[in-house]
Amino acid sequence: MNSKENIKKIIIKKPLTLDCGKTINNYPLAYETYGKLNEKKDNAILAFHALSGDQFVSGTNPITNKNGWWSYAVGPNKAIDTNKFFVICANVIGGCMGSYGPSSIDPTTDKTIGTNFPVITINDMVNAQYNLLEFFKIDKLFSVTGGSMGGMQVLQFVANYPNKTKTAIPIACTASHSAQNIALNELGRQAIMADPDWNKGNYFNTSSSPNKGLAVARMAAHITYLSKKSLEDKFGRKLQERDDLKFSFDADFQIESYLRHQGNAFVDRFDANTYLYITRAMDYFDLIKQYNGNLSNAFKNSKTKIFIISFTSDWLYPTSENKEIVIALNASGADVGFIEITSDKGHDSFLLDIPDFLKSVKNFLEANY
Amino acid sequence: MKKEFKIIAQLIENNTRVLDVGCGDGTLMKHLKDNKNIDTRGLEISKNNVQTCIGKGLAVIEGNAEKDLQQFPNLSFDYVVLSQTLQAFYNPEKVINDLLRVANKAIVTIPNFGYWKVRLQLLFKGTMPITKNLPDEWYSTPNLHMCTLKDFFNFCSKKNIKLNKSIALHEQKTSNISKINLNLKNLSSELGIFLIEK
Repeated sequence: MNSKENIKKIIIKKPLTLDCGKTINNYPLAYETYGKLNEKKDNAILAFHALSGDQFVSGTNPITNKNGWWSYAVGPNKAIDTNKFFVICANVIGGCMGSYGPSSIDPTTDKTIGTNFPVITINDMVNAQYNLLEFFKIDKLFSVTGGSMGGMQVLQFVANYPNKTKTAIPIACTASHSAQNIALNELGRQAIMADPDWNKGNYFNTSSSPNKGLAVARMAAHITYLSKKSLEDKFGRKLQERDDLKFSFDADFQIESYLRHQGNAFVDRFDANTYLYITRAMDYFDLIKQYNGNLSNAFKNSKTKIFIISFTSDWLYPTSENKEIVIALNASGADVGFIEITSDKGHDSFLLDIPDFLKSVKNFLEANY
Repeated sequence: MKKEFKIIAQLIENNTRVLDVGCGDGTLMKHLKDNKNIDTRGLEISKNNVQTCIGKGLAVIEGNAEKDLQQFPNLSFDYVVLSQTLQAFYNPEKVINDLLRVANKAIVTIPNFGYWKVRLQLLFKGTMPITKNLPDEWYSTPNLHMCTLKDFFNFCSKKNIKLNKSIALHEQKTSNISKINLNLKNLSSELGIFLIEK
């Protein structure tokens, strides 16, 4: 694995009281930026990453040597044009790309924190990242955006800081994690915890990590990011480098081989404990409950212009759940736009080269800049 | 901007809140926003049109008036505009009720099925009429409930809906519709523009 020493970090001194009641301070927040902050400091966009993402939005991720997770959307002349905008992205707390998380070292014991890390929430992640505004001396962001868990952070940001961003684009997300989503996350967590190498989260000082469990978690999750049609189009029943079935449990089908590859590639860059903590944070996300059953109250004081985007084939965060947010915003009189993009690519659509989607984001940002 | 929109814009007071149902490419919304300091929202069924509106910086949501008007709270707007789409709904009466629930006043425009050219086509050709305002064949028209200006006039009085303004439009010329000239206007006008109130 590549060195994480060169990752940019700020140490946040200001204490943050987490939803679980515990207070943290002097914790690192790893970040990356793209483009230039202008003199008026009114062109900053804070992007929030999803479950398996990190701060490396665009260009080559220096740790994985692969393209950043939102390379299609962020860059010079792209939908989020870094010739115009200054894009900031931080690794969420609980993450494993340099921010304070279960793989951080506890200075008092010199050991990895592991499952002694507090259970965090989307609200905690957002409150930690809010410190970036002070760090960059930005009074008000131009926009906050993100898909999936990133979209949840967008909603939480707008609710917590009603006048700290001019616009917001929550994409393919929900205001309240559904039973189905909790169930799918639980499946992933159980896969990790069932791996004997997980060792109750204390695997850093041992020779092996719960790679098998984490890979299975990733495989299961990966299926939920695609659609039946995209699987059918890409793989169908095609066989993997063989002419006929082998009557064994090897990867006969291309889809099996693909999923195994996805699982194995994931464990090289991701920490199993982080997977537990971040999926938990998503499960706990319920903005409706935070506002006593009335989502409109979350946005009551906001002047932020909001543009919500969903995808036709996304069954993980379907249009109906995105529309609930639109309805709540309309009920609060907010300035809201909404579009459902036609795509066969499932939940992953927000990460892909979907021209209608990218055009929508670009049009919205540039019309409001 | 077409004459119909100019008339609608004149009916709307400055500095108000307006919902444009079936806002199309946002031409009217943009005009109201830029020239009359109006806080506008739009509801539009076509994805392409929503894209265009978003690109103009307009707050438009993709949706269908028959399903999606419900989400707007009572009297959350001063005006709601419905341009030439009433006839395309499954249940126009329900839509009208919803319009007058979300706003104090509604501006509804109607392509007139009682226009003489329409009548003549049916009378002499014996086929469903095709005109500038009704360009589609019977088998591909989105229109389900065509009505005449007189029908709409009568509908309002039957349902106790106040007709604040009734304007007939014909070849860029406007005139007021009243009880007295109703039969004549119903014959001579292509379009009716009504400002209604509960």
